[in-house]
Amino acid sequence: MSVLAGAPANRDLGAPGTGLAVSARGVVRTFGDRAVLRGVDVELRPGEFVALLGRSGSGKTTFLRALAGLDRQVEGDIFVPAARSVVFQDPRLLPWATVLDNVVLGLAGGRRAAAAAGRAALAEVGLTGHEDDWPKTLSGGEAQRAALARALVRQPALLLLDEPFGALDALTRIRMHALVQQLHAHHAPAVLLVTHDVDEAILLADRALVLTDGAISLDVRVEVASPRLRRDPAFVDLRSRLLAELGVDEAAEGARALDGQASPPTHRDAPDPSPDRPSTDHPRTRSSR
Amino acid sequence: MSDQALGFDVASRRTGRDRAHARQAIGAPTSPAPALASPTLTRLPTGHGDAKTGGRRRFAAPRGLERLVGVVLLIALWQIAADVGWLRSDILAGPSVVVTAGADLWRNGTLPHSLVASVTRVAWGLGIGVPVGTVLALASGLSRTGDDLIDANVQMLRFVPIIALQPLLIVWLGVGETVKITMIVIGVAFPIYVNTSTAIKTLDPGYRELGEVVGLNRRQLVRRVVLPGALPGFLVGLRLAAAIAWLLLVFAETINATSGIGFMMARAQVFFQTDVIVVGLVTYAVLGLLTDGTVRFLERRLLRWQPGR
Ligand SMILES: Nc1ncnc2c1ncn2[C@@H]1O[C@H](COP(=O)(O)OP(=O)(O)OP(=O)(O)O)[C@@H](O)[C@H]1O
Ligand SMILES: [Mg+2]
Repeated sequence: MSVLAGAPANRDLGAPGTGLAVSARGVVRTFGDRAVLRGVDVELRPGEFVALLGRSGSGKTTFLRALAGLDRQVEGDIFVPAARSVVFQDPRLLPWATVLDNVVLGLAGGRRAAAAAGRAALAEVGLTGHEDDWPKTLSGGEAQRAALARALVRQPALLLLDEPFGALDALTRIRMHALVQQLHAHHAPAVLLVTHDVDEAILLADRALVLTDGAISLDVRVEVASPRLRRDPAFVDLRSRLLAELGVDEAAEGARALDGQASPPTHRDAPDPSPDRPSTDHPRTRSSR
Repeated sequence: MSDQALGFDVASRRTGRDRAHARQAIGAPTSPAPALASPTLTRLPTGHGDAKTGGRRRFAAPRGLERLVGVVLLIALWQIAADVGWLRSDILAGPSVVVTAGADLWRNGTLPHSLVASVTRVAWGLGIGVPVGTVLALASGLSRTGDDLIDANVQMLRFVPIIALQPLLIVWLGVGETVKITMIVIGVAFPIYVNTSTAIKTLDPGYRELGEVVGLNRRQLVRRVVLPGALPGFLVGLRLAAAIAWLLLVFAETINATSGIGFMMARAQVFFQTDVIVVGLVTYAVLGLLTDGTVRFLERRLLRWQPGR
């Protein structure tokens, strides 16, 4: 069974009759006497890719955990599909299970069917040949891709990503962006991507949300022509808007971006990596000497 | 599907010219650098492409053999001391005498008989004590009620020296095999319990959360996450348990027994047969080493997933 060929994930509607993939209203979470979430309202349509931005400590992970069903103390009305997957900030692979066993962990259906689906998912994230490896032998990027495969093999209607690329280098991150776009195009789950990287949000998402002081302070469609280029004026405008909302001093941010130019020139203004671009130089091929 | 088909390497290639630029940028600084004193360079130890030797030497004897050198030296010294008369044989018999005594004891059946008696006791002790400790650890690690009922009690009893239980155990159980095995069972159960239950309780909560996210039910969570996660702790406990089992056996056998290595030694003591005593000591040592080796082997097999194994 190929994950690619599979029917789009089973769309159990969040709130009955609303046609939404996520419906969260008045989500409140307090730790002790500190209100981290003070009434968050978020809706996702099926297949929609939404980025959730916010400063460190603004409550992004808290909200994501609430949607994942991991927080029993959160208040509010939350409707999510039963078929949902989470990719945490760390790959969180069980070290005592092989990569393949990690990917198919808890997967329903027979062992053989699960293994076949797991292999297909690993192939999709470019980890063919690593099925029987121990997770501790994977590189950071490989481990994160295995975690992505584990999320995808369940064909989720809702995919929750908590800064899944935060710990990766710029180059690997670009590859992961391409991969996530591809996988989103193939499987079309609703995606909530938590990030504090504004560029990442604009590159990937249909819509960007900003979480400030425990509530959504900005909800904006990303209308940048595809392929999304960082030099596109629409991109630049939206970046300024989001950064302002995040309270970032743009002058300082500009200086940082200029620093970024010192890295390989092809990084900047990289178009959305397109799937059919021919290539000859891939790390896997290079390393297998 | 390959990575490439997914556009994995977009923007990852640098042209030869870029690289040349980079080289130049490093090789030819634009501003004249001040004359720097060149530092003394040290050669770092490196391998020879043969990971097994750890880069130490190309042809090294197996580590186990190298370690034997010290043992051989000690035995040689002991032999010399016995030969030249520094060591009187009623104080300590020399190695050659001990070897002869061992061979005799083996041939006349004393040693095999004692060996079987001792090994049987330890086998029973471990065979009962390990499951008991494990079950208690699971009960206290997996349920709140179990923890409340078991943990405080075990943690308290842990500080009672097991040897001090002997008088009470003899009152209850007499002086037969049961009392010896019971002591070993008790001694074994504690380290198994403590290490296994600690491993369960300190397991990264992120893994449990993961289990929840991928929809494991409670049984699957225990089987796929909790038990394998606790295995390293259990094995540490097992090694301690094996050592304690032999220790308690020696104690039980020398105090009251009618068979076993300890009994053989106690009887030899009466006749000042230091050679037989040393045969007993060596036997205990070999048995202890064998048990430890078995646990190490288990660790290597069961914990292959740990880096550096
Ligand atoms: N279990 C907890 N107990 C107490 N406080 C908590 C707990 N979890 C989160 N918090 C607090 O809630 C706030 C929001 O945390 P959260 O992890 O959601 O932030 P975040 O937006 O994901 O930040 P980052 O971008 O750094 O990951 C933080 O101030 C944190 O200290
Ligand atoms: Mg977070």
